[in-house]
Amino acid sequence: MSTKKFMFVNRKAPYGTVYALESLEVVLIAAAFDQDISLAFIDDGVYQITKGQDTTGIGQKNFSNAYKALGDYDISKLYVEKESLAERGLTQDDLMDLVWEDEDDDWAEKPSIIMVDRAEMTAVMAEQEVTLSF
Amino acid sequence: MAMLHIVNKSPFEKVAFESCLGHASAGDSIIMIEDAAVGAIDGSAFSETLKAAMADKSVYVLAGDLAARGISQDRMIDGITAVDYAGFVDLTADNDTTQSWL
Repeated sequence: MSTKKFMFVNRKAPYGTVYALESLEVVLIAAAFDQDISLAFIDDGVYQITKGQDTTGIGQKNFSNAYKALGDYDISKLYVEKESLAERGLTQDDLMDLVWEDEDDDWAEKPSIIMVDRAEMTAVMAEQEVTLSF
Repeated sequence: MAMLHIVNKSPFEKVAFESCLGHASAGDSIIMIEDAAVGAIDGSAFSETLKAAMADKSVYVLAGDLAARGISQDRMIDGITAVDYAGFVDLTADNDTTQSWL
Protein backbone atom coordinates (compact mmCIF):
# COMPACT_ATOMS: atom_id res chain seq x y z
CA MET A 1 0.00 0.00 0.00
CA SER A 2 1.32 3.42 -0.88
CA THR A 3 2.10 5.99 1.77
CA LYS A 4 0.71 9.47 1.47
CA LYS A 5 1.36 12.66 3.36
CA PHE A 6 -1.72 13.27 5.50
CA MET A 7 -2.34 16.45 7.44
CA PHE A 8 -5.03 16.82 10.06
CA VAL A 9 -5.89 20.47 10.59
CA ASN A 10 -7.34 21.15 14.04
CA ARG A 11 -8.99 24.55 14.47
CA LYS A 12 -11.51 24.09 17.28
CA ALA A 13 -11.31 23.91 21.07
CA PRO A 14 -12.14 20.53 22.66
CA TYR A 15 -15.39 19.63 24.51
CA GLY A 16 -17.64 22.40 23.10
CA THR A 17 -18.02 20.41 19.89
CA VAL A 18 -17.04 16.88 18.91
CA TYR A 19 -14.52 17.93 16.22
CA ALA A 20 -11.38 17.50 18.35
CA LEU A 21 -12.28 14.02 19.53
CA GLU A 22 -13.33 12.93 16.02
CA SER A 23 -10.05 14.23 14.61
CA LEU A 24 -8.12 12.15 17.13
CA GLU A 25 -10.11 9.06 16.14
CA VAL A 26 -9.35 9.51 12.44
CA VAL A 27 -5.68 10.27 13.16
CA LEU A 28 -5.36 6.90 14.90
CA ILE A 29 -7.10 5.14 12.03
CA ALA A 30 -4.71 6.71 9.52
CA ALA A 31 -1.77 5.71 11.72
CA ALA A 32 -2.96 2.11 11.63
CA PHE A 33 -2.58 2.27 7.85
CA ASP A 34 1.04 3.44 8.17
CA GLN A 35 0.54 6.83 6.58
CA ASP A 36 2.90 9.82 6.87
CA ILE A 37 0.91 11.88 9.36
CA SER A 38 1.21 15.46 10.47
CA LEU A 39 -1.12 17.36 12.77
CA ALA A 40 -1.64 21.11 12.64
CA PHE A 41 -2.98 23.09 15.58
CA ILE A 42 -4.14 26.56 14.59
CA ASP A 43 -6.72 29.05 15.88
CA ASP A 44 -8.73 27.53 18.77
CA GLY A 45 -7.22 24.12 17.94
CA VAL A 46 -4.29 24.95 20.21
CA TYR A 47 -6.59 24.46 23.21
CA GLN A 48 -6.70 20.74 22.39
CA ILE A 49 -3.16 20.22 23.68
CA THR A 50 -3.03 22.53 26.70
CA LYS A 51 -1.81 20.86 29.89
CA GLY A 52 -3.87 20.56 33.04
CA GLN A 53 -7.21 19.93 31.37
CA ASP A 54 -9.80 18.96 34.00
CA THR A 55 -13.24 17.94 32.78
CA THR A 56 -14.72 16.81 36.10
CA GLY A 57 -16.96 19.87 36.17
CA ILE A 58 -18.57 19.26 32.78
CA GLY A 59 -19.26 15.53 32.91
CA GLN A 60 -17.24 14.76 29.81
CA LYS A 61 -14.33 12.38 29.35
CA ASN A 62 -10.95 14.11 29.40
CA PHE A 63 -9.27 12.80 26.24
CA SER A 64 -6.18 15.00 26.41
CA ASN A 65 -4.02 12.08 27.58
CA ALA A 66 -4.63 10.44 24.21
CA TYR A 67 -2.36 13.02 22.59
CA LYS A 68 0.48 11.68 24.74
CA ALA A 69 -0.01 8.26 23.15
CA LEU A 70 0.38 9.52 19.58
CA GLY A 71 4.14 8.98 19.72
CA ASP A 72 3.53 5.25 20.21
CA TYR A 73 1.74 5.27 16.86
CA ASP A 74 4.73 6.89 15.12
CA ILE A 75 2.98 10.24 15.01
CA SER A 76 5.76 12.67 15.76
CA LYS A 77 4.91 15.84 13.83
CA LEU A 78 2.54 18.12 15.73
CA TYR A 79 2.84 21.57 14.18
CA VAL A 80 1.64 24.36 16.48
CA GLU A 81 1.26 27.89 15.16
CA LYS A 82 2.98 30.57 17.23
CA GLU A 83 0.56 33.32 16.22
CA SER A 84 -2.45 31.24 17.31
CA LEU A 85 -0.92 30.76 20.77
CA ALA A 86 0.05 34.42 21.13
CA GLU A 87 -3.41 35.67 20.05
CA ARG A 88 -4.86 33.64 22.94
CA GLY A 89 -2.36 34.72 25.58
CA LEU A 90 -0.67 31.32 25.58
CA THR A 91 2.92 30.14 25.19
CA GLN A 92 4.47 26.73 24.56
CA ASP A 93 4.77 26.37 28.36
CA ASP A 94 0.96 26.06 28.47
CA LEU A 95 1.07 22.97 26.21
CA MET A 96 1.53 19.34 27.19
CA ASP A 97 5.04 17.93 26.91
CA LEU A 98 4.43 15.58 23.98
CA VAL A 99 7.23 13.26 22.91
CA TRP A 100 8.00 10.29 20.68
CA GLU A 101 10.73 7.65 20.90
CA ASP A 102 13.17 7.50 18.01
CA GLU A 103 13.97 3.84 17.34
CA ASP A 104 16.88 4.87 15.11
CA ASP A 105 18.46 6.73 18.03
CA ASP A 106 18.32 4.14 20.85
CA TRP A 107 14.69 5.04 21.56
CA ALA A 108 15.62 8.54 22.66
CA GLU A 109 12.63 10.66 23.65
CA LYS A 110 12.23 13.62 21.34
CA PRO A 111 9.68 16.44 21.31
CA SER A 112 6.69 15.97 19.00
CA ILE A 113 5.62 19.60 19.09
CA ILE A 114 7.10 21.70 16.31
CA MET A 115 6.54 25.42 16.77
CA VAL A 116 6.06 27.25 13.46
CA ASP A 117 4.96 30.68 12.38
CA ARG A 118 2.07 31.22 9.96
CA ALA A 119 4.31 31.32 6.89
CA GLU A 120 6.00 28.07 7.88
CA MET A 121 2.60 26.48 8.54
CA THR A 122 1.48 27.56 5.07
CA ALA A 123 4.51 25.83 3.56
CA VAL A 124 3.86 22.61 5.51
CA MET A 125 0.23 22.61 4.38
CA ALA A 126 1.25 23.13 0.76
CA GLU A 127 3.33 19.93 0.68
CA GLN A 128 0.53 17.61 1.88
CA GLU A 129 -1.21 15.12 -0.40
CA VAL A 130 -4.34 14.75 1.73
CA THR A 131 -5.71 17.39 4.10
CA LEU A 132 -8.51 16.61 6.55
CA SER A 133 -10.06 19.48 8.47
CA PHE A 134 -11.66 19.38 11.89
CA MET B 1 1.07 21.85 -5.70
CA ALA B 2 -1.99 23.94 -6.23
CA MET B 3 -4.69 23.67 -3.61
CA LEU B 4 -8.40 24.52 -3.68
CA HIS B 5 -9.52 26.01 -0.37
CA ILE B 6 -13.22 25.56 0.36
CA VAL B 7 -14.75 28.07 2.78
CA ASN B 8 -18.32 27.85 4.06
CA LYS B 9 -18.45 30.28 6.99
CA SER B 10 -19.36 33.99 6.87
CA PRO B 11 -16.27 36.16 7.39
CA PHE B 12 -18.43 38.43 9.56
CA GLU B 13 -19.14 35.69 12.09
CA LYS B 14 -16.17 33.28 12.16
CA VAL B 15 -12.41 33.53 11.71
CA ALA B 16 -12.25 30.52 9.39
CA PHE B 17 -12.22 32.63 6.20
CA GLU B 18 -9.49 34.92 7.50
CA SER B 19 -7.48 31.92 8.68
CA CYS B 20 -7.82 30.41 5.21
CA LEU B 21 -6.43 33.56 3.60
CA GLY B 22 -3.55 33.51 6.08
CA HIS B 23 -2.62 29.94 5.16
CA ALA B 24 -3.23 29.79 1.40
CA SER B 25 -0.18 29.79 -0.85
CA ALA B 26 0.35 31.94 -3.93
CA GLY B 27 -1.29 30.26 -6.91
CA ASP B 28 -3.95 28.55 -4.81
CA SER B 29 -7.68 28.92 -5.44
CA ILE B 30 -10.41 29.73 -2.94
CA ILE B 31 -14.10 29.02 -3.38
CA MET B 32 -16.80 30.55 -1.19
CA ILE B 33 -19.80 28.32 -0.63
CA GLU B 34 -22.83 28.37 1.69
CA ASP B 35 -22.55 31.27 4.22
CA ALA B 36 -19.09 32.21 2.95
CA ALA B 37 -20.71 33.50 -0.25
CA VAL B 38 -21.59 36.74 1.55
CA GLY B 39 -17.87 37.54 1.54
CA ALA B 40 -18.02 38.15 -2.21
CA ILE B 41 -19.77 41.53 -1.93
CA ASP B 42 -17.71 44.67 -2.52
CA GLY B 43 -17.68 47.51 0.01
CA SER B 44 -17.87 45.33 3.13
CA ALA B 45 -15.62 45.33 6.19
CA PHE B 46 -14.02 42.21 4.71
CA SER B 47 -13.64 43.15 1.05
CA GLU B 48 -10.23 44.84 1.30
CA THR B 49 -8.84 41.75 3.06
CA LEU B 50 -10.12 39.55 0.26
CA LYS B 51 -8.86 41.90 -2.45
CA ALA B 52 -5.37 41.75 -0.93
CA ALA B 53 -5.45 37.96 -1.13
CA MET B 54 -6.59 38.12 -4.76
CA ALA B 55 -3.23 39.63 -5.73
CA ASP B 56 -1.78 36.11 -6.03
CA LYS B 57 -4.77 33.77 -5.55
CA SER B 58 -7.91 33.05 -7.58
CA VAL B 59 -11.27 33.50 -5.86
CA TYR B 60 -14.57 31.88 -6.82
CA VAL B 61 -18.07 31.88 -5.39
CA LEU B 62 -20.85 29.35 -5.83
CA ALA B 63 -23.47 31.33 -7.77
CA GLY B 64 -26.46 29.57 -6.21
CA ASP B 65 -25.34 30.40 -2.69
CA LEU B 66 -24.78 34.04 -3.62
CA ALA B 67 -28.22 34.34 -5.26
CA ALA B 68 -29.90 32.56 -2.35
CA ARG B 69 -28.66 35.34 -0.07
CA GLY B 70 -30.03 38.11 -2.28
CA ILE B 71 -26.69 39.27 -3.62
CA SER B 72 -26.54 39.84 -7.38
CA GLN B 73 -23.31 39.09 -9.18
CA ASP B 74 -22.82 42.75 -10.13
CA ARG B 75 -22.23 43.49 -6.43
CA MET B 76 -19.20 41.17 -6.37
CA ILE B 77 -15.63 42.35 -5.95
CA ASP B 78 -14.07 42.69 -9.42
CA GLY B 79 -12.10 39.58 -10.27
CA ILE B 80 -14.22 37.06 -8.38
CA THR B 81 -15.62 34.35 -10.64
CA ALA B 82 -19.10 32.97 -10.00
CA VAL B 83 -19.38 29.26 -10.80
CA ASP B 84 -22.17 26.67 -10.76
CA TYR B 85 -21.87 23.19 -9.25
CA ALA B 86 -20.24 21.85 -12.42
CA GLY B 87 -17.67 24.64 -12.15
CA PHE B 88 -17.04 23.64 -8.54
CA VAL B 89 -16.37 20.09 -9.70
CA ASP B 90 -13.97 21.39 -12.36
CA LEU B 91 -12.07 23.36 -9.71
CA THR B 92 -11.61 20.31 -7.52
CA ALA B 93 -10.39 18.34 -10.54
CA ASP B 94 -8.01 21.09 -11.71
CA ASN B 95 -6.27 21.40 -8.34
CA ASP B 96 -3.93 18.80 -6.82
CA THR B 97 -5.58 18.86 -3.40
CA THR B 98 -8.39 20.48 -1.47
CA GLN B 99 -8.68 21.83 2.05
CA SER B 100 -11.93 22.67 3.82
CA TRP B 101 -12.04 25.48 6.37
CA LEU B 102 -14.87 24.36 8.64
